[in-house]
Amino acid sequence: MKFGVVVFPGSNCDDDMIHVIGTVMGQDVKKLWHKDTEALNGFGKGDCVVLPGGFSYGDYLRSGAIASHSPIMTSVIEFANNGGYVWGICNGFQVLCESGLLPGALLNNNHHKFVCKNIYLRTETDQTPITSQLKEKQIIKVPIAHADGRYYADDETLKKLNENGQVLFRYCSEGGDTSETYNPNGSLENIAGICNEGRNVFGMMPHPERCAEPTLGNEDGRILFESILALQKEMA
Amino acid sequence: MAQIIDAKVAANLGLNAEEFEKIKEILGRTPNFTELSIFSVMWSEHCSYKNSITWLKTLPRDGERLLVGAGEENAGLVDIGGGLGCAFKIESHNHPSAIEPFQGAATGVGGIHRDIFTMGARPIAALNSLRFGNINSEKTKHLVKGVVNGISHYGNCFGVPTVGGEVFFDDCYNQNILVNAMSVGIVKAGETVSACADGPGNPVLIVGSATGKDGIHGATFASADLTEDSADDLPAVQVGDPFQEKLLLEASLEAIKTGAIVGMQDMGAAGITCSTSEMSAKSGTGMIIDLDKVPTRQEGMLPFEILLSESQERMLIVAKKGEEHKLFEIFDKWDLECEHIGEVTDTGRLQFYQGGEVIADVPAEPLVLGGGAPVYQREYSEPKYFAEIAKFNIDQITEPTDYVATAQKLFSAPNLVSKRWVYEQYDSMVRTNTMTTNKASDAAIVRVKGTEKALAVTTDCNSSYVYADAYQGGMIAVAEAARNIVCSGGEPVAITNCLNFGNPYDPEVYWQFVHTIKGMGDACRKFNTPVTGGNVSFYNHSVIGDQNIPVFPTPTIGMLGILDDANKVMTLDFKNETDLIYLVGESVNDIGSTEYLRVVHDVKYSPVPQFDLDTEHTLQQTVAGLIKNGHIESAHDVADGGLFTNLMESSIVNGLGFEISTQDGIRKDAFLFGESQSRVIITVSRAKAEAFEAYMADQGTPFSKLGMVSGENAIIDGEDFGKVADWKDIHDNTLHQHLEN
Repeated sequence: MKFGVVVFPGSNCDDDMIHVIGTVMGQDVKKLWHKDTEALNGFGKGDCVVLPGGFSYGDYLRSGAIASHSPIMTSVIEFANNGGYVWGICNGFQVLCESGLLPGALLNNNHHKFVCKNIYLRTETDQTPITSQLKEKQIIKVPIAHADGRYYADDETLKKLNENGQVLFRYCSEGGDTSETYNPNGSLENIAGICNEGRNVFGMMPHPERCAEPTLGNEDGRILFESILALQKEMA
Repeated sequence: MAQIIDAKVAANLGLNAEEFEKIKEILGRTPNFTELSIFSVMWSEHCSYKNSITWLKTLPRDGERLLVGAGEENAGLVDIGGGLGCAFKIESHNHPSAIEPFQGAATGVGGIHRDIFTMGARPIAALNSLRFGNINSEKTKHLVKGVVNGISHYGNCFGVPTVGGEVFFDDCYNQNILVNAMSVGIVKAGETVSACADGPGNPVLIVGSATGKDGIHGATFASADLTEDSADDLPAVQVGDPFQEKLLLEASLEAIKTGAIVGMQDMGAAGITCSTSEMSAKSGTGMIIDLDKVPTRQEGMLPFEILLSESQERMLIVAKKGEEHKLFEIFDKWDLECEHIGEVTDTGRLQFYQGGEVIADVPAEPLVLGGGAPVYQREYSEPKYFAEIAKFNIDQITEPTDYVATAQKLFSAPNLVSKRWVYEQYDSMVRTNTMTTNKASDAAIVRVKGTEKALAVTTDCNSSYVYADAYQGGMIAVAEAARNIVCSGGEPVAITNCLNFGNPYDPEVYWQFVHTIKGMGDACRKFNTPVTGGNVSFYNHSVIGDQNIPVFPTPTIGMLGILDDANKVMTLDFKNETDLIYLVGESVNDIGSTEYLRVVHDVKYSPVPQFDLDTEHTLQQTVAGLIKNGHIESAHDVADGGLFTNLMESSIVNGLGFEISTQDGIRKDAFLFGESQSRVIITVSRAKAEAFEAYMADQGTPFSKLGMVSGENAIIDGEDFGKVADWKDIHDNTLHQHLEN
């Protein structure tokens, strides 16, 4: 399984992703330059493209909006449509929503401030490649860092997400309470991450790459990487 | 443009008569307006340090780890071992932030990061030290929100974590807030870049944003006839674009790897003027610059506007002749504008052209600090308010009758509560090196990827101590920074400083400045932490009625420490029930300059807390030994708020309570709330208590058992101070209540 991390101008979690996938998890990973429309040559269905966090194109216009029209996104969309794994984190999630690979949108936080802190996530499904090693309702502690993280979708979309089990995580308390008190940004139904119907495109606001090593005092995010790698073992 | 240039025009540009004469002497003629403008910015306090350099030179500026001397480059550079250097610096952006808090603070962050990456270092951590006026005033709230939003906006997008800092409120900052920003970067030995202009014939390039009219000091120019019309649209505060800076960072670091860069300097204060003159003076060269080739944001900019513009996110690069195409390719890749605007010459002169004609021709050397820029000795005299301090008598302060209520009042003080409302707006974790996110220490700890090492960084200054006694207060600022690093398991190695004072022409202010420097110098020598650079910010004072009120003298210390083994970090939280709590150091009958006196007794004048440099040094060595030998479970220094506050800070992290006893012979308020220095709270597991006490016996540092970690409540002398969870609630949410109501 190969990993590629897209570098948009203004991406700033690209190195962090490369570090975790390459150094911590020991996987084959490379940077994919946004202008390079051939960057995905050699990537096949079982491979994974990551859209990292940051402020692509300064997040001017709207978070993720300009990046969704970046040259490499044509290849990323094609790759996703052919069943390749695409994983967007934070700004990457915003890009995926803007590009239409995921439904809904990420609006300005309801308190109108950037927020960076640890939050708790309740796992809503173990039926996706990035949550397969988690148990349903399992709670993990993962940091968030965003100004535009309020997930929004129309009623119909929301209904479909729930019915199809496309909600990956909801913000919750340490004990798993998903009431509004534990919603750090005003997301609908405390939604922190979703996947597409095909279950090969994932978007989430929290940053698992920031909590995947013992040195940093929190390894809860590591299980997401282990999940997608377990898939590789299954395929082998 | 035929304007008569005389002493009056010079005075309008901030140059005195003597300076104007000196300029005529240097040039052998009367300068034209553009040339005069060049001198005026380069000889301004900000660029020339003319009123401070004599004293700054008395600070210790050498050390075995220093890779460049103080002031030689854009930032200090320290050898951290393993073939790596750490570039770090702190700088003020006080006046812009007071006028326009969002952009002022944002561009302060941008400017300090540029100083680091212009040397070839990748910034890996940011800190900031903020001082505001009374938190209950609407103006202060506006400023706090603006500044924090500005730092958040710029730092988060730029992608460097804000890992530490301080926020302090006092009426003395009502008009003059202080915004000091620090950046810390890492560079491989051999990949550093100097701010030089070697090699006549080498091309000079400008990279990054186009040059606009922002940042030119409109107020100065508005009074000069020539510029009356153009001055109208000169915004004094620059506007930052963190996205552009992120591109500039990545492109610059990539460009350095080509080997085609001879020298590089960012453009901050005084823009093109400062970078061309400093780089040329450093190399003993000159430059020919064609201002027509400088990309501008608008048509028809006057030469002095282009030269003085402080538009952000720009770099000046001297390239190796014949290899500049390598740089053009990289900047093109990053969609950055890069223009060839001139050449290095061997004339020692800066010659600026516009429309094919020389519009300014000045020698580089006399413009710069260490060259021909003026240097002044200022008068100083002991401040009159010292008489008020001398009157203080502890016996006239009534001891509280209700200690629980008093502790609550103190613990709720804006200066002591958690700054969560502030720091949660900063991305503190990007780059995945921040080790103190999940485990709190007295200093911020940032691991260095690819090594076993970590850096310990902190900014510290209790300015009320410096106000009470500049010499002792200056020493304490350094000592506290070092203590924070030692308590985190690090070894202090060097400092950068940001010296924020009032008007240097006020003898009392200058007295504070001189004695602060003396104190800092003595402490830096003692801790072997040389000064690698920083900046001086004078004129932080307000005229109210007929009173001229300076801020507290505020020498913010940014200290760098090293942990050779990142796994040896010491944390501040209580770990286990029944662990024993000790005080290392000695409690004394002292409540001078405490938050307690200010908050509970409304006392403005009192002496500096007790401090002795040798005692402090011994204490720090003792604590370092305790950590190294694995004797202790936690360490937290006693600082603002005193023992009670600091015990509670260790307690609330894991919700573990404590039971302690105060000490006979010392006033209970002094014991609990006094801020006498050189004390550290540590915890020891019962199994290690004997070994700990045996170790301490030979250390020459007094210590005493305070009590133990126990239950969920705080209990002092048998009195129940209530649940730790309730104290945590006060700590976590008070600032929010002040700012969000």
